[in-house]
This record gives sequence, structure tokens and C-alpha cells, in this order.
Amino acid sequence: MDLAVLWFGIVAFFFVGYFVLDGFDFGVGMALPFLGRDDVDRRVMINTIGPVWDLNETWVIVGGAALFAAFPEWYATLFSGFYLALLLILLALIVRGVSFEYRHQRAGARWKKWFDGMIIVGSAVPAFLWGVAFANIVQGVALNANHDYTGTLFDLLNGYAIVGGLTTLLLFFTHGVVFISLKTDGDLRVRARRLAARSGAVAIVVAAVFLGWTAISHFSPVFLALAIFAAVALVASWIANLRGAEGWSFGFMAATIALAVVSLFAALFPDVMPSSPNPENSLTIANASSSQTTLTIMTWVAAIFLPLILVYQGFTYWIFRKRVTRDHIPQEAPEAGGTDDTQQPVTA
Amino acid sequence: MNELLDPLLLSRWQFGLTTIYHFLFVPLTIGLVTCTAIFQTAWYRTGKAHYLQLTHFFGKIFLINFAMGVVTGIVQEFQFGMNWSDYSRFVGDIFGAPLALEGLLAFFLEATFIGLWIFGWDRLPKGLHLATIWIVSVGSILSAYFILAANAFMQNPVGYHLNAAKGRAELTDLWAVLTNKVALAAFPHTIFGCFMVSAGLIIAVAAWHLSRNNHLETMRPALTFGLWLMVGAGIGTVLSGDQLGLAMVETQPMKMAAAEALYKTSTGADASFSIFTLGTPDGVHELFSIRVPYLLSFLSTHSLNGTVEGINDLQAQYTQLYGPGDYTPTIWITYWAFRWMIGLGMLHVAIAVVGLWLTRKGRTPTRAWQWKIAIWAMPLSLLAMIVGWIFTEMGRQPWIVFSLMKTADGVSPGTTGIEVLISLVAFTAIYGTLAVVEFKLIKRAAQKGPEPIEKHLDDAGEPIPVATVY
Repeated sequence: MDLAVLWFGIVAFFFVGYFVLDGFDFGVGMALPFLGRDDVDRRVMINTIGPVWDLNETWVIVGGAALFAAFPEWYATLFSGFYLALLLILLALIVRGVSFEYRHQRAGARWKKWFDGMIIVGSAVPAFLWGVAFANIVQGVALNANHDYTGTLFDLLNGYAIVGGLTTLLLFFTHGVVFISLKTDGDLRVRARRLAARSGAVAIVVAAVFLGWTAISHFSPVFLALAIFAAVALVASWIANLRGAEGWSFGFMAATIALAVVSLFAALFPDVMPSSPNPENSLTIANASSSQTTLTIMTWVAAIFLPLILVYQGFTYWIFRKRVTRDHIPQEAPEAGGTDDTQQPVTA
Repeated sequence: MNELLDPLLLSRWQFGLTTIYHFLFVPLTIGLVTCTAIFQTAWYRTGKAHYLQLTHFFGKIFLINFAMGVVTGIVQEFQFGMNWSDYSRFVGDIFGAPLALEGLLAFFLEATFIGLWIFGWDRLPKGLHLATIWIVSVGSILSAYFILAANAFMQNPVGYHLNAAKGRAELTDLWAVLTNKVALAAFPHTIFGCFMVSAGLIIAVAAWHLSRNNHLETMRPALTFGLWLMVGAGIGTVLSGDQLGLAMVETQPMKMAAAEALYKTSTGADASFSIFTLGTPDGVHELFSIRVPYLLSFLSTHSLNGTVEGINDLQAQYTQLYGPGDYTPTIWITYWAFRWMIGLGMLHVAIAVVGLWLTRKGRTPTRAWQWKIAIWAMPLSLLAMIVGWIFTEMGRQPWIVFSLMKTADGVSPGTTGIEVLISLVAFTAIYGTLAVVEFKLIKRAAQKGPEPIEKHLDDAGEPIPVATVY
């Protein structure tokens, strides 16, 4: 088997992992103003992803490194070409990540409100921009003979890409809200279900538009089959949520995102970054990949370590499988004289 | 105006600033997580309460620091593609592999097991919970190894051949890349340096509390631990630094010449090491200097009669080899960075030795200034580390990969000066703001001191559940 094609699949796998996992982190962050009625609610929500957001985010770091190692040309063109879009994503990921850690360090309401805002923006910006980026990759961007992107940030914000961005934004939002219904209890859980029903309905409509648009411009039977499966899974997730089957709803939503990512990679194949309007400048699996030596070594490394990684990450999710409730959130002492009781553990 | 918007210059500034900033958090992460693991092991084996208190106390400081290390690390990886796309195209076949190894072998370990450690106090058996923090420690040290191997390729490219058709360097021998002599010396040098930085923090924090007569039962052992760690890690840093120096002379003689601002090739007593020099700003003419004869010869070759090549000869040699051009790094930076690194490092070890003497057999320093030195001087170990990196990277210039590619040729051709200016300003603003918040939070957590043991253990001596952290 052609190792470069295999690595095209592995890169797809990393992005599937990233979007399925960090996708619900983004959703939880974006849902803070919709579901978090008070600070306790918001803390419950943040704590549902507390032990895992870091490992979820690591998928994009490893995915980026895999892209660099297996397809240096693709990595170079994509990252330099989408410079400002990636800058915005980076800044968003920075403020979101530190806000999780900083938010609970002090008890003041203003302090928390400030970091809540950073979590919301820091989740929404990447959720939207990753969709914009992927839609542009599939659609094709202007590349020169050195494979450098010649357009601007505003060329990336075309109609098709914006629909793509809204699709990922809504999918991740709903994914996160379903996750909250699965991981919390009481009133918050009920409200999360209701919100998921509404945001899911909007997501279905927008995703259908994006799917139709992609099918017209990039028709291939494989893409269409996968995209239809994704659409079916999305509807199934929505129905499962209505029927109160939270686990199924979350599972179908994960499948939706996974299938959507795979379908976009299928639409790309065998290109990795098609050039439009000059198709002769396109980056393909063949002309963007690393040498056989590098790919062979990396294949061995991936074959040994990926299963191990999946096992210990699965173990983490299993350890933290219980729901987080308001009872788990310790009372917060008002801030006085530099005391900080926010880390006070509580007996469950 | 054009010069202000030069993408190369701006990209270099951005890479330098973001890397230095990222590296404020890395040494503390690597060193402090291991110290935390050591405290927890001591608690696990002895059951003594103060070890558990120290575990939680330094664990908390480590965690405030850890989040910043993670998010600023993503910037590092993305920047190679964003600002240095032609460099990425040229070396990706080799350079990408250690980065991917770092992700697969180290980052996932760190990110997964840190979550288990933070939230797992009551959910995992004690032994397994202890194992999680050690796994984080191993992960962070492994990640240092892989990134140093990648960096070593830039200093001393090995294990590759040039593919002219593709216009890039390709991997022939991963083992050679991973056992690059520069990597093998830089790795212990960096890790020992990380421990010095952590020891500096532990000493400063412990001294702050002890000078106020607070938390004696936890901070006294912490001080002793920190002082011994500083001395031990200091010796390790010197020995590995010596090896790194030899590797540097062999692979990048220009860097050593620039470190000493040695213009003329010198032998024996003439190859002296200047501890302090005042000269004209360009570094060419010397006005005043304190010199130790033979020392440079000894550092460079381990022999008193060795010959150390000077900048002028090397410049001529490189012009012949690589064509016309300026192959000299910015001398005043390399010269002073090298001295600050060594001077501060030595100073810290000396202070720690004195500290051990002053605190021998239960004695306590009584003079306020002695505590003040411990509190104010120790954090400077971070500065020693930073100037060390400035020396290493600036001393490599004008090359991005020594002898293969110049920095000017690695920059992204499609990225405009305006774009880089925007990102440079954005990173500077956000990083600057976060630095203030971060420093205040760490200071607050450090000054608050360890929590009473009742916060961590219930009456039966079992860990109190950590249901929610955030």
C-alpha cells in the first residue's frame, strides 16, 4: 500500500479525533451564556470537560505535527497561507485554555465574568474558523507555482466557506450541549436537552445547505455516500435527544462530525490542497508528501503508539464517566484577606 | 517604513519573543512536576503529612504554570508553517519526525495523565495516582528530548541527504538525528537547567515564608530540598555544558568564537577567556578586559595548548565554502549572553552552597539580607536559562540550518510584512497581559503557603475527593 495515502488517512484520523473531542469542549464553552444561569451552573459545565479538555486539544498539536512530518508541503502552504485565520485560532485557543485555569483562582464575580467571556469567545472563534478553513481547502484556493497562497484573509471568507464555518459552529455547539445533558443532572440537564433540540434543528438545516453545496461542486460517489451517512447520523442524534437517549444522541453526534470530516477528506482525495483557478499548482498526496524513509518510520511509530494512546485516553474517559452536579461544587467563600477557598475539596 | 515591514525581521522578532515567552513556562513545568512527584513519592513512602502538603502546594503552582506552557506551545508548532514555510518545506522530511514523535510519545502522555492526576486523588488507588504524576514527568522530559533533537539538526545537521530534484533535505537515518552529538549534550544541559530554575523557585518561596517564620514544618524541608537540588543540578549543568561546549566547537566553531568575541585564531595562553570586557560597540576594539589565560583553550579543546579559531579566519573559510556573505553572528549579543548564562548559573550554585552552610544542622539564617538574597536572586536562574537560549540561537545566525539554509531563505514568501506585524503586535499584547495575570496568580498561590493537612486528608487518612477543580 502507498504509505503517503495511508498517512492521508492518518492525518484525517487526527482531525476526526480533534473535532470530535475538542468539538464538544468548544460547544460547552459556547453554551455558557445559554445554559449557565449562575456561577454554580457554569462551574458544573466547565468541570464536565475539566479533566479532558487538555488532552482533547492535544489532538490538534499532534495532528499538526503529523501533517508537518508526513506532508511538509501541505503543512507549509496551509499554515502560511491561512496566516491570519490561524492567528485568530491560536489567540482564541490561548485565552480559552488559560481561562479554564485562571477562572477558579479567585472568587470575585468580575474576575469570573471576564474569564467566562474569554472562554465563550475562545470557543466560538475556532469552532467557526476551522469550518471556514476546511471549506476553503476543499473548494480550492489560489496557489502559485511555489505552492504559496496568493489570496488574502477576505478571500477565505467567501459564501461557501462561511456556510462551512456556520456548520462546524452549530455542530460543535450542539455536540457540547448534548455532552452537558449527558454529563450533568437536574435542571441543567433538562435545559441542555431542550437547547440541543433547538440548536440541533438549526444545525440540520445549515449542514444540509453545506452538504448540498459541496455535493454540487465536488461530486464524487464516495463523498456523497459518506455525507449522507453524516446527515443521517445528525438526524438520528437529534431524534435520540428528543427521546432522552443522551448517550445515543452524543454517540450519533460524534459519528456525524467524524463522517463529515472523513467526507471532506474524501472530497479532497487525491489532492490535499487543490489550487483554483490554476489546477496545475495543486498540492497532491504525491507531490506534498515526505520521503519513503520518513513515512516508513512514522508508520511504525503510529502503529505502535496510536493504539496505546487510544487505550489510555479511553481509560481517562472511563474514570471520569460520572455526572457532575451542583452538589459537587463547593460553596465559595467571599474573597477576603487573600484567602482562596475555590479549591476547597468537598466530600461527595 | 519598508524596513519596519520586512517580513523576515518581523518574523524573527516574533519567533524570538514567542519562544522566550514559551520558555518561561517550560523549565518550571519540567522541573516542578518532577519535584512534585518526588514530594508525593516521599508522602507515599513515609506517610508524613508535610510531604503531602508540599505536593499540593507546589502542584498548584505547577498547574497555574502548566496551562500557559500548553497554549503557548501550540503557537510554537504552528509558527514553523506560518512564518517559516520555505524552511518547513526544506527540512520537513527530517524536522517533522521528532515533532510528531514528541506529540505521539510525550504530549498525549502529559495531557492525559495530568488530568488524571488533578482529578484522580480519590478515584485512583494511591500507587496508581502516584504513577500518573511520574508519567507526566517522564512525558515532559521526553518532549524536551525530541524538541532538542529537532533543534540539534538546525545546529548540526546529520542523518540526511539533499534531494536536488525536490529541493529539500531528506531523512536517511533517524537514529543519527536522535543521537546527534549536539542533542546528546544539550538534553542533559537543558534538563539540569530546568531543575536549577525549579530549585530557584522552591528556595525563593521557602525563604519568603521562613523569613516570616511561617509554615516552618513544610518550608524548612522544602528549603533544604531546593538548596541540594540547586547544587546537584548546578554541577550537572556545568558538566553537561562543558560537553555541549566541546560539541559546539567541533560543529559550529563560529559560535564559540562569537561567544568570546575572538577575532584572531589563538593558541594556548593567548586563547584566554575574558570575564568582563569593555569595547567599542561593534566589539572589534577592546578598551578594558579581565582575562584568564588558557581558559578558552581549555573550554574549547580540554587542552591548555589548544588552538581556537577566530572569527576572521572562520569568516574567510566560510566565504570560500558557502559563497560571499557575512557569517558572523551579532557579537555583542553572543558575548554577553554567554557570560550572563555562566555567571548567573555559577552565582546560583554559590548562593545555594552558602545557604546549605547557613542552614546546617538545623541552624537558621538570622539576617534579613540573607533571606532577601535567597528570595530575589534565585528567580534569576530563569534568566540564565533564557540568555542561554538566546546565545544558542543567535550564535547560529545567519543560518537557520547550519551550512544548509540561511534564515533569510526560510521565511514564508507569501506572508506579507503587514500580516506578520499584526500577529507580532497581537502576540505581544496578549502575552504581555497574560504575563501580568500569571505572575500575580503564582505569587498569590506561593505567598498563601501550603494548606493545612485537613484539606487534603479525611479523618481516616484517605484523600478527600476532588470532585471539581475548575
